[in-house]
Amino acid sequence: MKTVKARNVVFEYIRRDEEGNVEGINTAVDHVSLDVNPGEFIAILGHNGSGKSTFAKHINAILYPTEGNLWVDGMDTLDEEKLWEIRQTAGMVFQNPDNQIIGQVVEEDVGFGPENMGVPTKEIWERVEESLKAVGMYEYRKHSPNKLSGGQKQRVSIAGVLAMHPKCIILDEPTAMLDPNGRADVIRAVRALNEVEGMTVILITHYMEEIIHADKVFVMDKGKIAMEGTPKEVFSRVEELKALRLDVPQVTLLAYELQKRGLPIPKGILTTEEFTREIQKLRNPVRRA
Amino acid sequence: MLRDITLGQYYQTASPIHDLDPRVKLTGTLLYIISLFCFKYYVGYLIAALFLGLMILVSHVPFRFMIKGMKAILFLLVITVMFNLFLTPGTPLVTFWKLKITIEGIQMACTMLSRLVLLIVGSSLMTLTTTPNHLTDGMEKMMNPLKVIKVPVHEVAMMMSIALRFIPILLEETDKIMKAQIARGADFENGNLIARAKSLVPLLVPLFISAFRRANDLAMAMEARCYRGGEGRTKMKPLMYKKADFVGYGILIFYMVCSIGLSRIDFIGLLAR
Repeated sequence: MKTVKARNVVFEYIRRDEEGNVEGINTAVDHVSLDVNPGEFIAILGHNGSGKSTFAKHINAILYPTEGNLWVDGMDTLDEEKLWEIRQTAGMVFQNPDNQIIGQVVEEDVGFGPENMGVPTKEIWERVEESLKAVGMYEYRKHSPNKLSGGQKQRVSIAGVLAMHPKCIILDEPTAMLDPNGRADVIRAVRALNEVEGMTVILITHYMEEIIHADKVFVMDKGKIAMEGTPKEVFSRVEELKALRLDVPQVTLLAYELQKRGLPIPKGILTTEEFTREIQKLRNPVRRA
Repeated sequence: MLRDITLGQYYQTASPIHDLDPRVKLTGTLLYIISLFCFKYYVGYLIAALFLGLMILVSHVPFRFMIKGMKAILFLLVITVMFNLFLTPGTPLVTFWKLKITIEGIQMACTMLSRLVLLIVGSSLMTLTTTPNHLTDGMEKMMNPLKVIKVPVHEVAMMMSIALRFIPILLEETDKIMKAQIARGADFENGNLIARAKSLVPLLVPLFISAFRRANDLAMAMEARCYRGGEGRTKMKPLMYKKADFVGYGILIFYMVCSIGLSRIDFIGLLAR
């Protein structure tokens, strides 16, 4: 079964004037169809207002499609009876670290989800311990969230979702408000979850560096899916990305420019290591054989 | 500057009082306050003061923290004493100009003073030894029977604990907005009362807007984590009575009986005879 299956999802924001008459309709998500398989690391890219966050909120059943359907682990998000099960299956981490921590102590916040689900006390403690260990925040369990850094707070939020034992985690721009160190920490934690625990991850972001390890990338623009493929495939289409107002990682851009000038470098270079390897191949063509 | 404010006035240390169940402490404080109003003779206040002193000793909270709470109501204390001293009718003791101090007045003033001081110190002992979180938990559990008459007990407790969590965040934000406004020439310190109140408007408006935005975000995050009210919710840290809590209740009952019982006996009268 697909973890997430979206078919022609449309979402419209209706703008009303002061008398409540319809002023206009904004189509935030426009006929989006995509599949996410269990264990995959999916990235959804797009600049501000591309509809990526709106779409993410559909997976957690915070928003419902105006048209089309979306299934999470086989459950239709329009089915109200399944609402809580869907939210438990697809956990969501939001952008602002301060506005999603409810508890006054780290461990209490992580326990909030299981408490809501009616998990017995003893099991809550086990889940809290295992989730905090998974994101490397166990030694901070007695701290007040106000004293943590942004990256640490986001890792606590991720642990809070993990404690609900979801099948899939949606991260809605989790690093947008963090400094580079915090960003690296959060992304490392997310990757570890995906690789070690086999957790399905849907990462919504506009930072290109964060998606190079994804299995599949969707680029959204004006509510539609503009591009999809592996990071390599997507990044090899530099011109298109630029047209969508997205920044390509520096190495990729450098490789692209060199290649345009006639150097025989393959398309879609993502990391510095990969780039240096290719350059060395060019300098010692003999050694390659 | 604003960040230095500590939440509530919890004093962190290890003591038997700190370890007590919040319900014991809440009931204890309530009964203690009630007892203060049941005394007939002064010996009651003496017992109450001794009992409180003993509790403070056991709680390991330095005495000066108790005095701190008193500073806030010093003005109220002075006024209460003055009114009672001068305005109680009875046998005059000292008279100057139109004011006269009566024997009854002195007695009344002493009673009120001891009541107020013991009341304040008694309740600050509770807040000093209980985290706000624990206090909310205790209240939720104690008010549970009120659910029958449709009082939203869980919701109120949840609101209180969320408010506590956001106080430092909003303080920090106030600080930030204040600095931003000062940088743009706002003046929060000079002028008369009205001018200063007016200057708070550009501080409060953005603060309110941001608080609403935060509330909206938080509500969404809570729903995403399956929050749907108190129904069917389990507790990570359920309140459970331990042996020490029953001992606590025992001591309380003993105190109540002793203090109210003994204060019925007129020791001074007996001695005078």
